[in-house]
Amino acid sequence: MSERVAVRKTYKLFIGGKFPRSESGRSYLVQSANVSLASRKDARDAVVAARAAVKGWAGATAYNRGQILYRVAEMLEGRREQFVALGVPGDEVDAATDRWVWYAGWSDKLPQVYGGANPVAGPYFNLSAPEPTGVVAVVAPEAPALLGLVSVIAPAIVTGNTVVVAASPAAPLAAVTLAEVLATSDLPGGVVNILTGRLPETVPTLAAHMDVNAIDLTGVADPELAADLEVRAAENLKRVLRPVPDDHDWSSDPGVGRMTALLETKTVWHPKGI
Amino acid sequence: MFEYAPAPESRSVVDIKPSYGLFIDGTFVDPADGGSFKSINPSSEEVLAEIAEGGAQDVDRAVRAARKAYDKVWGPMPGRDRAKYLYRIARIIQERSRELAVLESLDNGKPIKESRDVDLPLVAAHFFYYAGWADKLPHAGFGANPQPLGVAAQVIPWNFPLLMLAWKIAPALAAGNTVVLKPAETTPLTALLFAEICQQAELPAGVVNIVTGAGETGRALVEHDGVDKVAFTGSTDVGRAIARAVAGSRKKLTLELGGKAANIVFDDAPVDQAVEGIVNGIFFNQGHVCCAGSRLLVQESVAEQVLDSLKRRMAQLRVGDPLDKNTDIGAINSAAQLARIRELTEAGAAEGAERWSPPCELPDRGFWFAPTIFTGVTQAHRIAREEIFGPVLSVLTFRTPAEAVEKANNTPYGLSAGIWTEKGSRILWMADRLRAGVVWANTFNKFDPTSPFGGYKESGYGREGGRHGLEAYLNV
Repeated sequence: MSERVAVRKTYKLFIGGKFPRSESGRSYLVQSANVSLASRKDARDAVVAARAAVKGWAGATAYNRGQILYRVAEMLEGRREQFVALGVPGDEVDAATDRWVWYAGWSDKLPQVYGGANPVAGPYFNLSAPEPTGVVAVVAPEAPALLGLVSVIAPAIVTGNTVVVAASPAAPLAAVTLAEVLATSDLPGGVVNILTGRLPETVPTLAAHMDVNAIDLTGVADPELAADLEVRAAENLKRVLRPVPDDHDWSSDPGVGRMTALLETKTVWHPKGI
Repeated sequence: MFEYAPAPESRSVVDIKPSYGLFIDGTFVDPADGGSFKSINPSSEEVLAEIAEGGAQDVDRAVRAARKAYDKVWGPMPGRDRAKYLYRIARIIQERSRELAVLESLDNGKPIKESRDVDLPLVAAHFFYYAGWADKLPHAGFGANPQPLGVAAQVIPWNFPLLMLAWKIAPALAAGNTVVLKPAETTPLTALLFAEICQQAELPAGVVNIVTGAGETGRALVEHDGVDKVAFTGSTDVGRAIARAVAGSRKKLTLELGGKAANIVFDDAPVDQAVEGIVNGIFFNQGHVCCAGSRLLVQESVAEQVLDSLKRRMAQLRVGDPLDKNTDIGAINSAAQLARIRELTEAGAAEGAERWSPPCELPDRGFWFAPTIFTGVTQAHRIAREEIFGPVLSVLTFRTPAEAVEKANNTPYGLSAGIWTEKGSRILWMADRLRAGVVWANTFNKFDPTSPFGGYKESGYGREGGRHGLEAYLNV
């Protein structure tokens, strides 16, 4: 009996809930696989998919979004060994799973904690509530490949934003495999879109894109590139999250800052009277 | 129109000095290069005072003074003591409110009834509100021990000079920062009187520094390496330039920029109330309001009725002497702003919209513009897209609520919006869908220190007012 020949996986992009190859037909060899090399056009396509998903996702109930994020945790738990096989430590997969659970619970709590009634000096009902900012471009941290990625995606989408994520160029396999988890978690297509490839190719397009509302530069290690991206982002006054230091401890308590940075506060007034 | 005898507020309550220096480290000083400019009364073009023009050296001196005060005095000071200084300031503003209101109307051109009844009460309330936060920051929801940022650079506009100063300085100081503030070059006087109030309150030297000047002074301040925080209120173009200037730095940035708000009137709205709201929305403060309701969206079935009432109401508006207590609409703040309003309204007429103003006699001297509406406006017209920042209303119509939402959101701005309808569920349905930071339902242009204010999209980011307003000045 000859040994069974393994079936290898093709690692592709994740756009609008589907797994297309790059429209450019290019790939690059990394982690012993040919991974799609996303183009500027792929980045623009991903923004279109993310924008199309905003209405349904932001309009979903907080309870529904919370359940879907929890479902992601369930799916990730079941695929633990797959990530371990890609070289992600088991502890990291567990921490990433727990992070989805943690953020899932925030969906219907953050608006209470972060919004509320304002005691204005007059006969008015006055209420402030957070709303998602819209489409968020995210540069995932280079490492840790899975926990870092989950730690930037989950806080952005739990409140109703949709994202276009530039995965770590050096460790994209965990990102594509996470896309497979997301695709089987009832997450609507387009809420998370993942691009693999070179950051200087796709990220400047996202930073300058007029239909992107915010950009998270967490994974941009080069300060000059980060400054350049922030300048591009100013064109339509994107909300900007600046890079985090290399030695950031991703296993520490994340706090609410990553969620609140991608929210708008809407305040509604109405007179009281008879 | 009824005839009224003029009822001018006396200007003798305020003593304007012939010239003012820069307020740095607790005292008024001359600028390093001796430059100056004039601040004029826009209703008469009379020169009010000679104002020092701060250069890069002066900005540097002010930032150093603010840093020293932050390190040595204001940073280490317990919150309860910072609170007491802010309460003192609030009280002095209340005590001197007549003087400040008259000075504001003289320098800005706004009607005294607005500076007296809107600006000044809100200014005092803002300091009083944030004073109370100074010793309660651990309870503000930003963690157990939120820290100030350091030195805040603040650049404010000319439409609500003292109120914008209060929106900037009160939360910054409550959170433990020190500030260098640049008032607008056409309206520096109340900020300089505020400097005297800081002296009267015995606020430690260097905690508040006021550097007067124009765009270059602001640029030097925003770009100074010694500032940790930049806060700007003004035009979207300048906001963009500031966002580029601070890119790649450590400086935390908040921006409150332009707007092109939709004021949406449904067919079931009480017409008289809606018309009052429309008038308040666009003619309050001569329309020099970033959140002005400058696009009226009126449901087609009642458009004629609403416009007839609106025109009748507009014919009753009194345009003239800002110090007259009868005045509804004062002077345009500057010749440059008047030119901008004229340019855009001429474009409105040239692009095919129909222009209307009530019969209205304008004074010979000063900068004036009659209240104006345009009908037959399309979404492509410049007067429907660009911020005019004057007493000019563009009227569009809609048939369904969905169309109203579509048109209201069809702008790069997202600062405010208005809804007029008797149906509660429709108000909340609309409010959910409007991409704007403040939504006024059956009211307009209401402000309060406890109520967060700020925009979506290209109207900027960050909130001023309320608990939310503290975030801009804390390391969270």
